[in-house]
Amino acid sequence: MAKPDPANFTEEAASLPRALDYFRTMWRIRRFDETIDELFASGQVHGTTHLYIGEEAVAAGVIGELQAGDVITSTHRGHGHNIALGGDIRAMMAELLGRTTGYCAGRGGSMHIADQNLGNLGANGIVAGGVPIAVGAGLGFHLQGRAQVVVAFAGDGALNEGGFHEAANLAAIWKLPVVFVVENNQYGMSGSVHEMFALSHLADRAAAYGIPGLMVDGQDVFAVAETARYAILKARQGGGPSLIEAVTYRYKGHSKSDANRYRTREEIQNWRKRDPIERVRAHLEGEGVEAAALDAMVAEVRAEVAAALRFAEESPWPTPDTLLDAVWAPAEEGAD
Amino acid sequence: MEMTYAAAVRYALEQEMERDPRVFIMGEDIGVYGGAFGVTMGLVERFGKERVRDTPIAEEGIVGAGIGASLVGMRPIVEIQFSDFIMNAMDQVVNQAAKIHFMFGGRMHVPLVIRGPAGAGTGAAAQHSQSLEAWFHHVPGLKVVMPATPDDARGLLLAAIRDPNPVIMFEHKLLYKMKGEVEESGEALPLGQARIARPGRDATLVTYSFMVHRVLEAATLLAGEGWDIEVIDLRTIVPMDLATVTASVGRTGRLAVCHEAVGRGGIGGEIAARVWESEAFDFLDAPLLRITGLDTPVPYSPPLEQAFMPSVERIHDSVKSWLTREGAH
Ligand SMILES: Cc1ncc(C[n+]2csc(CCOP(=O)(O)OP(=O)(O)O)c2C)c(N)n1
Repeated sequence: MAKPDPANFTEEAASLPRALDYFRTMWRIRRFDETIDELFASGQVHGTTHLYIGEEAVAAGVIGELQAGDVITSTHRGHGHNIALGGDIRAMMAELLGRTTGYCAGRGGSMHIADQNLGNLGANGIVAGGVPIAVGAGLGFHLQGRAQVVVAFAGDGALNEGGFHEAANLAAIWKLPVVFVVENNQYGMSGSVHEMFALSHLADRAAAYGIPGLMVDGQDVFAVAETARYAILKARQGGGPSLIEAVTYRYKGHSKSDANRYRTREEIQNWRKRDPIERVRAHLEGEGVEAAALDAMVAEVRAEVAAALRFAEESPWPTPDTLLDAVWAPAEEGAD
Repeated sequence: MEMTYAAAVRYALEQEMERDPRVFIMGEDIGVYGGAFGVTMGLVERFGKERVRDTPIAEEGIVGAGIGASLVGMRPIVEIQFSDFIMNAMDQVVNQAAKIHFMFGGRMHVPLVIRGPAGAGTGAAAQHSQSLEAWFHHVPGLKVVMPATPDDARGLLLAAIRDPNPVIMFEHKLLYKMKGEVEESGEALPLGQARIARPGRDATLVTYSFMVHRVLEAATLLAGEGWDIEVIDLRTIVPMDLATVTASVGRTGRLAVCHEAVGRGGIGGEIAARVWESEAFDFLDAPLLRITGLDTPVPYSPPLEQAFMPSVERIHDSVKSWLTREGAH
């Protein structure tokens, strides 16, 4: 088997339509989560939410490399993954508002938004809960002889859960087509990677499983894409799993109830200077795209998210009489 | 002293850490963050990082580490950030902590406390809202504490820490902000002693944790309609104060149970079975009434989540139609 060479892909990653795609996707993620932030701040939504703002390049860069039929497992911080897959932001917004038109018919909320038709096997309220499931999907593809790949998204914190270790080892010994994408946003909830790991680079964990560990600047969507493309191609060609550590940062608190006591304002400001969206914008302007054209794109995204919110607000509330039936899959769903 | 339920838990932790150098706390984000619900706020500043240990997200590891530390003479308290996540630690809880004393012929014991928030009502959905007490109730060797008031949270937690056995304390999220008078003496409250929260003649309604408050509200409404309900707050599920329940049923002749947890396989069935087996059986004038969470995962959307939990209205209506049907008047 020919070893994929990342150098071969650099040009395509940076092509203009691709870069414009990234710009739009990342803005859709950001604007969606900004809107959610506003809704929570004004008390219009109950429960909690985990915003992806600042980390958009990871979802956009990795998911841009997937093919039809590939799948992902997502996390509690999952809105960005679903949007990058091309998810319907109206159904996402409706889920957050707990309406019948939401992805989970209002039963799941912020932490469980997932478009299965686009390959999202689930966002998860349990840290690392999706990782063994991803490995199982990889096993399924292997048994079916399908050349599909699974991406398991996980936070840095998830890397310390037992389930992560067990699953990573399974993927390694069975050479399953799984790419573990660790979104190292520097913190679990408040626990920093410096306190919670005795390693400087989380990618080094890969060595313990006997799989390649790759580290990438998670604020640079082109670099993320290039790294993901390498790992995904390798997995697709039967070369087994890899672990990518994407170094990134969450601008907002862990969830809506976070007072940011464990980090400084300066630290947040410094990361904001390396904003992943601004970076793509600078690239596009460097390629000669008019600033006005980019602004128009952003305005379009804003309008789209605003329309999604209106759609959600106008959607009906679910009624409790549907609950008991919702527990069991009907017989016909299992029939062949 | 008046304080919130969350502050009362903290107060007990402080008092016991002050009194007993063997006591320490471990958990996710319990240090500067103060815990997901603020229960441990300020403790790391007071007792330092050695005794208020922030841990990685590793429930099995930290519960097991609590067991090990207890075996060599410490008194660990492990906070599980949402009690749902204890699922990740089930081997250590069920196969290890619960069994060590028995299995090793009484040569070791595990004075470990595991505590964390439980329950629905905050829009946290299926994986962050469960009431799992029945699972632990089923495992011999574990004590299960479910305080409904700030002072019970304080006094029962002190008892849990001083107990030589593994004790799990579930703190309902909707109780954390509730205020109440709290004893300052540092005296523990006994595990296994129920409280008659409201005396009454027409029926015995057994409950615990957050539901105590909804049941009391419903009982007040029912009193206005001529039904006099005795409300028993169990306070601890294991050990269970059956004597208080059977004595009450002996007086009222009717037994109802209310808990937020899913009804199927719940504590309600156990209470009923025990009353059925007891001398109080001879006094029963009516079939059992159970008012519980629905047999579903906890849903997210507010109207669904509200329907999942027994509401004051549902409790009131269920009891009323039960008593009417059974001809109590
Ligand atoms: C098993 C489990 N333990 C703890 C939690 C509570 N919790 C939710 S997110 C989180 C931090 C996760 O950190 P990380 O994996 O780095 O993801 P991030 O939030 O930084 O994206 C914690 C502790 C949980 N949801 N599940």
